[in-house]
Amino acid sequence: MKTLTHAAAAEVFNQDAERTRWHDETLWFVRQKRDRAAQNLPEWETLRSWASQIKDHTLSRLDEYLSEFERNALANGVKVHWAVDAADHNRIIHEIIRSNGISRMVKSKSMLTEECGLNEYLHEKGIEVIDTDLGERIVQLRHEPPSHIVLPAIHLKREDVSETFHEHLHTEKGNYDPQYLTEAARLHLRERFVAAELAITGVNFAIAETGGFVVCTNEGNADMGAHAARVHIACMGFEKIIPKAEHLGVFLRLLARSATGQPVTTYNSHFKQPLPGREMHIVIVDNGRSRQLGRADFRNSLKCIRCGACFNTCPVYRRSGGHSYHTAVAGPIGSILTPNLDMRKHADLPFASTLCGSCTNVCPVKIDIHDQLWKWRQVLAEEGHVSASKRLSMKVAAFVLSRPGLYRTAGRIGRAVLKTMPWLAENRWNPWSKARSLPTPPAESFREWYLRNRKS
Amino acid sequence: MSSRDYILKAIAANRPPAQPLPEIDLSMVTAPADLLESFRTVLGNIGAATVLLSSVEELGAELAEARAQGLRVINLVPGAGEIDPVDPSAEASLLEDIDITCLSGSICVAENGAIWVPERFMGNRLLPFICTRLMLVVERANIVGTMHDAYGRIEAFAEGFGAFIAGPSKTADIEQSLVIGAHGAKGLTVYII
Repeated sequence: MKTLTHAAAAEVFNQDAERTRWHDETLWFVRQKRDRAAQNLPEWETLRSWASQIKDHTLSRLDEYLSEFERNALANGVKVHWAVDAADHNRIIHEIIRSNGISRMVKSKSMLTEECGLNEYLHEKGIEVIDTDLGERIVQLRHEPPSHIVLPAIHLKREDVSETFHEHLHTEKGNYDPQYLTEAARLHLRERFVAAELAITGVNFAIAETGGFVVCTNEGNADMGAHAARVHIACMGFEKIIPKAEHLGVFLRLLARSATGQPVTTYNSHFKQPLPGREMHIVIVDNGRSRQLGRADFRNSLKCIRCGACFNTCPVYRRSGGHSYHTAVAGPIGSILTPNLDMRKHADLPFASTLCGSCTNVCPVKIDIHDQLWKWRQVLAEEGHVSASKRLSMKVAAFVLSRPGLYRTAGRIGRAVLKTMPWLAENRWNPWSKARSLPTPPAESFREWYLRNRKS
Repeated sequence: MSSRDYILKAIAANRPPAQPLPEIDLSMVTAPADLLESFRTVLGNIGAATVLLSSVEELGAELAEARAQGLRVINLVPGAGEIDPVDPSAEASLLEDIDITCLSGSICVAENGAIWVPERFMGNRLLPFICTRLMLVVERANIVGTMHDAYGRIEAFAEGFGAFIAGPSKTADIEQSLVIGAHGAKGLTVYII
C-alpha cells in the first residue's frame, strides 16, 4: 500500500470533524497541564538551560562518554552490544532470544524498537512480543502503530478500546468504563509478566560514570517485566547518555512535567546489575544518529528526551493525528529526525508545520525545532525532494517578489479580482479557501497609503 | 571493523566542538517552604495516602490485623512486627498473590512525592511492584526539597537496582481518564515517622 503524504492523511483524519475536535482539545489539555507544572517552578527556564547545556556538552564528547559507559556497564556484569542500524539491532535481539531458547517475552515502551521495526522483524521469525504499556497493548491488538510517543492510543476513543478488548480479551460488550477496561488489561498482562522469560525495555537515561541506566514509567510495566524475566534487554539510541548521576536531578524534574504535567513519573528505576544467574543486556544503537551528529544545523535534535511536549502543543499535530506522519516518532521532533533517515520518504514532514515556534518554546532541552523544520525545507528543495508544483510556485513567487514594479501590478490585479470576481480565488481548487473565507480586499496597498500620507 | 568501532569512529568524526558542562548552582533552585506539608500534599494529588506515626511499632498492629484477615503480607520493616523471609531470586509466580508489601523508604522528595527505595530495602526487586498495596515507611528527617537534593543524599547506583517511587501505579491511556492501578501496586500508603 502506498503511504499517504502527511497532508493527504491529515485530510482523511479531518473527515471525522467531531473526533478531530476531541483530539485537538484533549492534547491541548495535556499541554495546559504541562504549563501549570512548569509555571510552578520559578527556576524552570534555568532548568531548561542546564538540560540543554548538559546535552550539548555530552554530544561534544559523545564517543568518550559512550566508551566510559560501556566500560562501567561491562564491569557491572552487563552485556553491551552495538548496532549500526535497525537491521543490526533486530539481529542482535533475535540472537539473544534464540541462544537462550526463549519463547515468551514482554516489552515495555521503547520508541527505538518501533523505529527499528523490531516487532515486525520478530513476527516474521515466528516470535511474538507482547507490548505491556496499556496504550501500546491496545494499538498492538488493533495492528496499528502508536500515534504518540507518550500517549500511544491517543487517537482512540473508549468505545474503540472497549470493542478491541471485547474481541481479544473477552470483556463485556458495550462496557466503556476505563477503570473496568484497565483492570481487564491488568489481569491479561499479569499472566504475561509472570510467564515472561525475557523482557525488553527502553532507556530514558544512561549514565556514563556508573554504567547504569534509568527507565521511567507510570504503569510499572517496565519493572514488572524486567524483574520477572531471566533476561532483560534494554535498547537505547546512543544519544540517551548523560555524564553523571547528579544530572538526573535536572532531567527527571523536566521530563514528566513536560510530558504530562506530573511532578515526576511514578516509577523511576535505576538499573545497574543483573541478579546472580540472570542476564542484563544493553543494545546501543546508531541508526543514522552519527550522520545527524555531523549535520551542524540538525545535530541539536539528538538532545531530545522524548517527552512529547512538542506534539501536544503543535496545532498541526493536534489536528492531523500521529498516524498522518507515517513514522515511529511523529510530531514536530519526528519531522526533524526522520528526514535524516530517509529524505525521500519523509520529505513531506518538515512541511507539516506552521512554523509557529510553539514546539521550540516548550522543549525542555531547548531544541530549535521550528528553525530546523525550516532548514530541512531548504535542504529538501535543494536535493530535489519537493513536488514540481511547489517548486514552480516558489519560482514564480521569487520572480514576482524580486521585481517591485511587477509586485505592485500583481497586487493591484489581486485586489481587483478579489473585489469583482472572488470566485476566481475562492473555489474548490484553491486549498487556501478551504474552511476559510478570503478577506475583503483593501482599497489600496500600504505603499499607496504611505506615499499619500507622507506627502500630506 | 566491529559495529562498536564503526560507531565510535563515526561519532568522533562528526562530533561538534567542545562545549562545557554547566555549573549547577543550587542557589537558583527553590525548594518547597514546608517540606512535610508539600510532600504530603503532592502525594495526595498523585493518589497516595500519608499517615503520620509517632513510632513504627504502631504499624505492627495494622499489619497483624491484615494477616489475621487472611491477607498475604510481606513486611521487611524492622519494628513493624514480624519480618518475612524473602528470597531475592524468587520468581514472579511465587509473589503474584501478595496483598501488602511493607518496605522502608530512604530519601523522600517534597516537590514531587518521590521516595527512594534501594534494592537492600526491597528483598526482591519485584516486591514494590507486584503487590496489590504498597506501604512505605519513611522518616520525616529524610524529606528533602527537590530531586537535586535527593541525588546529593543518595548514591543512586551503589546497588544493583533502586527506584524513586512516586505514588501508586497509574495510566491515562484510555481517553486520558486517570485510572489508578495499571500494572504495579494499586495503592500506596506512606507512613511518616
